[in-house]
Amino acid sequence: MNVHEYQAKELFVKFGVPTSPGRVARTAEDAEAAARELNSDQVMVKAQIHAGGRGKGTFKSGFKGGVHMAKTPAEVRDFAAKMLGETLVTHQTGPDGKQVNQVLVAQAVDIAKEYYLAILMDRATGAPMVIASTEGGVNIEEVAEKHPDKIIRTPVHPLLGLQSHQARSIAAALGFRGGPFRQATDLLLALYRLFVGCDCSMVEINPLVATPDGRVLALDAKFNFDDNALFRHKDVVAMRDESEEDPREVEASKYGLNYIGLDGSIACLVNGAGLAMATMDIIQYAGGKPANFLDVGGGASKEQVSAAFKIILADPRVEGILVNIFGGIMDCNVIATGIVAAARETGLKIPLVVRLEGNNVEAGKKTLAESGLALTAADDLKDAARKVVAAVGKAA
Amino acid sequence: MSILVTPDTKILVQGITGDFGSRHARLSLDYGTKLVAGVTPGKGGQVFEHGAHRVPVFDTVAEAARETGATVSAVFVPPAFAADSILEGVAAGLALVVAITEGIPVMDMMRVRAAMQGSPTRLIGPNCPGVVTPGAGEKSHGGCRIGIAPGYIHKQGPVGVVSRSGTLTYEAVWQLTQRGHGQSTCVGIGGDPINGTSHLDVVRMFNDDPATEAIIMIGEIGGDKEEEAAAWIKEHCRKPVAAFIAGATAPPGRRMGHAGAIVSGGKGTAQGKIAALQEAGIAVAETPADMADALLRVWKP
Repeated sequence: MNVHEYQAKELFVKFGVPTSPGRVARTAEDAEAAARELNSDQVMVKAQIHAGGRGKGTFKSGFKGGVHMAKTPAEVRDFAAKMLGETLVTHQTGPDGKQVNQVLVAQAVDIAKEYYLAILMDRATGAPMVIASTEGGVNIEEVAEKHPDKIIRTPVHPLLGLQSHQARSIAAALGFRGGPFRQATDLLLALYRLFVGCDCSMVEINPLVATPDGRVLALDAKFNFDDNALFRHKDVVAMRDESEEDPREVEASKYGLNYIGLDGSIACLVNGAGLAMATMDIIQYAGGKPANFLDVGGGASKEQVSAAFKIILADPRVEGILVNIFGGIMDCNVIATGIVAAARETGLKIPLVVRLEGNNVEAGKKTLAESGLALTAADDLKDAARKVVAAVGKAA
Repeated sequence: MSILVTPDTKILVQGITGDFGSRHARLSLDYGTKLVAGVTPGKGGQVFEHGAHRVPVFDTVAEAARETGATVSAVFVPPAFAADSILEGVAAGLALVVAITEGIPVMDMMRVRAAMQGSPTRLIGPNCPGVVTPGAGEKSHGGCRIGIAPGYIHKQGPVGVVSRSGTLTYEAVWQLTQRGHGQSTCVGIGGDPINGTSHLDVVRMFNDDPATEAIIMIGEIGGDKEEEAAAWIKEHCRKPVAAFIAGATAPPGRRMGHAGAIVSGGKGTAQGKIAALQEAGIAVAETPADMADALLRVWKP
């Protein structure tokens, strides 16, 4: 789950991570009011979409740039009016762009120097790790490759958390002295509290800046939250913006299905995440391209299978479907009944190959055979992949 | 004759009165597993009945272990309470805790793993199908089934199977059984980024187990644990190994169902893992349909 820049700022404020003053606005009038509250002659107006490259993006209206600096509240209102309700296209949004429903109005900050700072859950050690660098504002992976000495890695004890002396060491290594040294230390400790307090798997501040007047501020951030922990963070869940997500994935999550849209033509419906990945792989091995990842889980119901079919068929690129169920505990006949019902309900017109294995498989195969549907039964996984690729090839 | 558990191992189920726990407790009893106790706080004194089986339910794991001699626990407790349940099994001094629960917060598992440092208890999982040591009966009846795997697909024999994924494990087991080759023990280590037991831990146990002649190791994208196991196998493993890695077609930056299955920062790709496995002399199956056949290329039973 991702959050908007203004929401990142709200989390900063909540946990005491210093950032530039500002707030979100959803109308041009409110943007003007927000600018007046700032009482500054340099105010940033920033379109709030999840995709990057906003500054260099272009609105479909022809207006250039999703990030602007204004000198007066009236100018802020004008910029906001040109962004709100309009569609912004950046190199990350794809040609369809994203509609801008809110803007961030924030005080512009003079920057003396940019830094990189992140905290992530390091799976190799099973503990958090702080990563910092004096080389901010650039691609950090490039820095890590070319100048590994410029990356400061600090492992954190999983039970003790980030210690003050560790925060001081990082601040010193980044070159902070005097007042900014104390500010950077406090910022690091506050950011760690945020990381743990919101069950983040990663928080990346980009950029962390020092100002000419000696302040240290986190300007923008990228958060990754642990999906498994969202049940105990209603405030974070409330930040979810479904309009930013793939509508098919949103629909799938309502039925407890795990769906990820891809760009191939052969859809798959599988039980179990590992087998679902492996099914995508074998489709490619047989010469096809998978249209999605779809895990219906270990105990899929008839309703889930039916919902899965509808989501798959809503994708216009899909030319064939491969169902691969290893019904260890699941009753194969329940799955077969679900498939038949869904195929009838949706008036299925594209090739469907079904591979069923496991518990009560004979009854399941009988249900499929007697359904009168034009589906192809497969004996094993390889056979299934070959058959669906051949069927799609023929249809095309 | 196996690793971790034998058909005589006595197990208890934490969360035996829940839907999920009770369903799989019944299936384990049907399989002939020595499931001797259940634990649900507040329901101590009740009896879990299934056919002729009468399994006593206890309030605490310590009590259940003391009264019944159970040494292994299967955890079916919901995610919010699972970390505490795992640590209860550790505190009770169990030899093995198998956490089936899916969706435990990563921070909780981070603390559990740190708290378990130095403890004699082994943790398998979480988010795993469990452990099966097949029995000698028809369709492997009489074995020790801990977790959610279908018992009947197994067959007693000499192949060790270790995997992050559930249904992909069943796929490999079924391929072996259909070709007449049984399994010593099948271990699902789970799909989470922080877990109790790694591929390498299990491979070492198989290497030391006289009844295991050959090994199938199934991995997937994300992390570097398959590479770690491959490096060890190259130097130390005396038994033939076949492997499969799922997720060659997965796009980077997307979590493929399992919390641990994600390619990020160019790390954890299927291509990198396959290269490391091949370099170690492991027979890598090109597709998930070839896992047993890949093993039979390097192992002559």
